[in-house]
Amino acid sequence: MSLRLDLQIISDWIPDGSRVLDLGCDNGTLLRHLQQRGITGYGLEIDNSKFADCITSGVNVIQADLDQGLPQFADHSFDYVILSQTLQAVKRPDFLLEEIVRVGKQAIIGFPNFGHWQCRLQLAFGGHMPQSKTLPNAWFDTPNIHLCTVQDFDKLCERDNISVLRRSIVNHAHQDTIGTRLLPNLFGQIALYQIKKQLV
Amino acid sequence: MPDIIPSDSVGLVTPISLHIESPLKLDCGRSLASYDLTYETYGELNSDASNAVLICHALSGDHHAAGYHSMDDKKPGWWDSAIGPGKAIDTDHLFVVCMNNLGGCKGSTGPTSINPETGKTYGPDFPIVTVPDWVKSQAVLADKLNIKQWAAVVGGSLGAMQAMQWAISLPDRLKHVLIIASAPKLSAQNIAFNEVARTAIKSDPNFHNGHYADHDTLPRQGLGLARMLGHITYLSDEAMGAKFGRELRNETLNYGYGVEFQIESYLRYQSTNFVERFDANTYLLMTKALDYFDPAKEHNDDLAKTVASIKAKSLVISFTSDWRFSPERSQEIVDALLSAGKEVSYAEIEANQGHDAFLMPIPRYIEIMKTYMKQVIADSALS
Repeated sequence: MSLRLDLQIISDWIPDGSRVLDLGCDNGTLLRHLQQRGITGYGLEIDNSKFADCITSGVNVIQADLDQGLPQFADHSFDYVILSQTLQAVKRPDFLLEEIVRVGKQAIIGFPNFGHWQCRLQLAFGGHMPQSKTLPNAWFDTPNIHLCTVQDFDKLCERDNISVLRRSIVNHAHQDTIGTRLLPNLFGQIALYQIKKQLV
Repeated sequence: MPDIIPSDSVGLVTPISLHIESPLKLDCGRSLASYDLTYETYGELNSDASNAVLICHALSGDHHAAGYHSMDDKKPGWWDSAIGPGKAIDTDHLFVVCMNNLGGCKGSTGPTSINPETGKTYGPDFPIVTVPDWVKSQAVLADKLNIKQWAAVVGGSLGAMQAMQWAISLPDRLKHVLIIASAPKLSAQNIAFNEVARTAIKSDPNFHNGHYADHDTLPRQGLGLARMLGHITYLSDEAMGAKFGRELRNETLNYGYGVEFQIESYLRYQSTNFVERFDANTYLLMTKALDYFDPAKEHNDDLAKTVASIKAKSLVISFTSDWRFSPERSQEIVDALLSAGKEVSYAEIEANQGHDAFLMPIPRYIEIMKTYMKQVIADSALS
């Protein structure tokens, strides 16, 4: 079974044998895939409706609310903490990000880029909150309460002394194009960042 | 009273009693020179004895976890919702063992048994046994059944404490542990409830310091009160409200102190039923075993250090409306296992039934347990 492309990129960034924590692991697809390469760890997920899938895949899944942070984990207890497509759905993304770079020696964050030209166009000329394949919900009924752009995320990292080690900005087909390379905040729909806390 | 035995039932079962002649040294310092263990089994033990699952019972439970003793039984065993062919703990694949704990009153040696030294019933002289003592005695049974390693040890509430103790004390003897609706130790509030229950029993004029059998009587009032109190703590306000609300037995208020509300009537029914089938000294002993359970005590209250010995994979489950052992208490166990880097999964099941939810066929709960047990079955074949 082939992985969704953003998950494939994340997977490619993680070395064999790493210890990982996957935040918002859903049905455990990524962890199951990583396990084949000797990568172990846990998935955290607030909704237990897909726990059976995780358990069947042999994925350790823990029900937890990311809005509470990660108090159960010690500093640097994982090689990588992964947060894919969930940052925009938490109450305090800045708090969670701090927690992530505390618990993980490194972290990989994936989020939908609200700076994409289609979003800009819908808001500027349509006069309504953008909806797209990556952001399909209406404003009044969306889990995505803290949307941000690539530029916003860069600024938050800078403010919180987080270094960006690697970045990949892709379109909704999760492809890397000339546009996404030259003007990522305009042409990228999905942003993937590999980050770590700077030693101060 | 099943007219026909349902196809997903283990059917008619007969308890087995095993007499053990070698002494069992207990935590309290005393020993049982010889003792009986009463247990039931469901399903078939495979040739390499790798498919055995131990079920540990809670405070008022016993070895009769599933099926019926006779066609006249009104109800099946206490965990029939989870154990049987095709059920979460699938007896088509697993050999399930459930033992009455020492100190119990349903067959294994306890306060109602004859003390070989005196020729009279033990009564209050039966030594207080602890969760680690139970695990030791369950290991004796495992040896007798030639089970070197359980595919899983499973328990809810006080039963889960035994399961946890198994994983901590005898790490090589189980591959999986299921810790359901439990806590790593009792809180002051938990102990307080137990003390009220014990006081109710001990202050019954018919208690006679536990020697009620010699007086040919039973502390019905006290044990009944203890059960009523326990029952309240097993249910949630919501579940009680949904079941009874403020419904009256008759349509009008009597302006008296008799039973008027349905909930009063229900509690009285539960307690009168209970006192006929349960021994007061056993109840005292079981509540003490609960109070004493604290595996982290010998590790400076460091639970992560305590669980460091565990080799089994764990599944921990809690229920949202359980206030006797709330989800936070299960999370303490999970956090310790995570901190020790153990393999663990944890689910908090939405349920309004309170602590009793662990005995109920709640679809999400059963789905997760069944899926997990399928992994247990798959792992047991790998031995």
